[in-house]
Amino acid sequence: MAKRNFKLYRGDNDKGELVPYQADVDEGMVVLDVIHRIQADSANDLAVRWNCKAGKCGSCSVEINGKPKLACMTRMNEYGADETITVTPLKTFPVMKDLVPDVSWNFEQNKRIKPLQLDPKDKDAKGNYKMKQEDVDRVQEYRKCIECFLCQNVCHVLRDHDRTDAFVGPRFMIRLAGLELHPLDKADRIPQIKNEYGSGYCNITRCCTDVCPEHIQITDNGIIPLKERVVDRYYDPIARLFRKKK
Amino acid sequence: MADISIPGRNKGFGVTMRTDNWRTAPFAVFLGLMAFSGYIAWAAFQGEYYWWSGGTTGFGGYLSPLYSPLIYIDQTAAGSAPAWHAWIGGPWPSWWPSILPASPAFLILAFPGAFRLTCYYYRKAYYRAFAATPPACAVGGIPQKPFKGETGLLIFQNLHRYALYFALIFVVILSYDAVLSFFNDGQFGVGVGSIVLLINPILIGAYTFGCHSFRHLVGGKMDCMSCSMGRYKTWKKVSLLNSRHQLFAWLSLFWVSFADFYVRMVSAGYIKDLNTWGL
Repeated sequence: MAKRNFKLYRGDNDKGELVPYQADVDEGMVVLDVIHRIQADSANDLAVRWNCKAGKCGSCSVEINGKPKLACMTRMNEYGADETITVTPLKTFPVMKDLVPDVSWNFEQNKRIKPLQLDPKDKDAKGNYKMKQEDVDRVQEYRKCIECFLCQNVCHVLRDHDRTDAFVGPRFMIRLAGLELHPLDKADRIPQIKNEYGSGYCNITRCCTDVCPEHIQITDNGIIPLKERVVDRYYDPIARLFRKKK
Repeated sequence: MADISIPGRNKGFGVTMRTDNWRTAPFAVFLGLMAFSGYIAWAAFQGEYYWWSGGTTGFGGYLSPLYSPLIYIDQTAAGSAPAWHAWIGGPWPSWWPSILPASPAFLILAFPGAFRLTCYYYRKAYYRAFAATPPACAVGGIPQKPFKGETGLLIFQNLHRYALYFALIFVVILSYDAVLSFFNDGQFGVGVGSIVLLINPILIGAYTFGCHSFRHLVGGKMDCMSCSMGRYKTWKKVSLLNSRHQLFAWLSLFWVSFADFYVRMVSAGYIKDLNTWGL
């Protein structure tokens, strides 16, 4: 067991400060364990959102020494013994209290997206929709998202440039890719992807992919394929000649 | 959205709470791109020593990839290729602006240049290293009001697939040059230059065939992968290359510069090429 130094953000969206704490750290602990220990020992009113402690619920997203991470998946031995570990809430979203951000803007974006549109004619004799493995493989990746919103937080279009009015962010580009590239889906979202969801605002700097705890290739397998479909529709005269209506 | 008076949580260029050495990667990319683009520009301005055949004029020889294909040839330049190698020939056109050296590289470099400029990997590299939008993840970028991404002036990035079409032609041309390098005056042989010029189209091919636009065109644009297994399998192979696109972007950039350097050094007589022709 060793004493380690921490600084945790305490406050809300208007006023806050980094408060220093010391905590005993045991071997094998993750940052969320230490936050819980601080909460139990010296800051009973500390607000922190968490649930599964297994990197699958996406609740404990924070910034640790400035890097967006899941607190439950960040081991303490990643940091030097003398290093002070600073934990702050996600920068892109308003702070509700301490380490808990208000991520409700994301849920509003989700509501804007046209859901999967199936055609009953595609059902087989038993009334099931069937897909072959080759078709499942690609869209499966998009379903791995745990909605931790680390990608939304690190996306500089939202984080630095405040373009929440123009760009839905990487998480929802992935959701859109999961729908638009789905072989059974009949809806056409390309005009919305360009004009409403703002695919053109992404400039491919790949920070979303770098922070994804599920290792989804957000940029290469989600955003770029959508950008290419926008190019097919709007910027490539040759592709337009050969385009089939969906 | 949130803006709190804690250093690092405010907005502004370079503002971050990161404690690691985040400056290293963009700085290394900046230096790398400056070095290679600087060398390529320098090599293009030379207009000479881009060809070596040991004085023979028959089929075969080493041609710098920065000068291939040769459209016109100024045969008065030292180390220039024989006239048969040019697509149009010589003499050098009279309309050529006198402020520019008579360099065949100027007639072709725009095509691979456009391919790399609009490449999805290089966009990441130079948006971070040159435009600082952002310089690194979770580090404040240069403020832009309003930020337009690739919807404003940068909308031309959508033409990447057209640059790809030319890049595919260049893979064929550079492959022909590799074959050419295994001959001298019509006689088959092998030299160090042959190996250098063989590796070049392999790396450029790995980079070009791993292109995101190529991946989209060969199969990515399909919703139903199982409807065309041939395209699906091609897409899977292209996806493998695509996952190493950054690696091949750098390797091919290095090697194309090195190949030019090697041919230039041999052509100018600074290096003696080891080969089976005894030249």
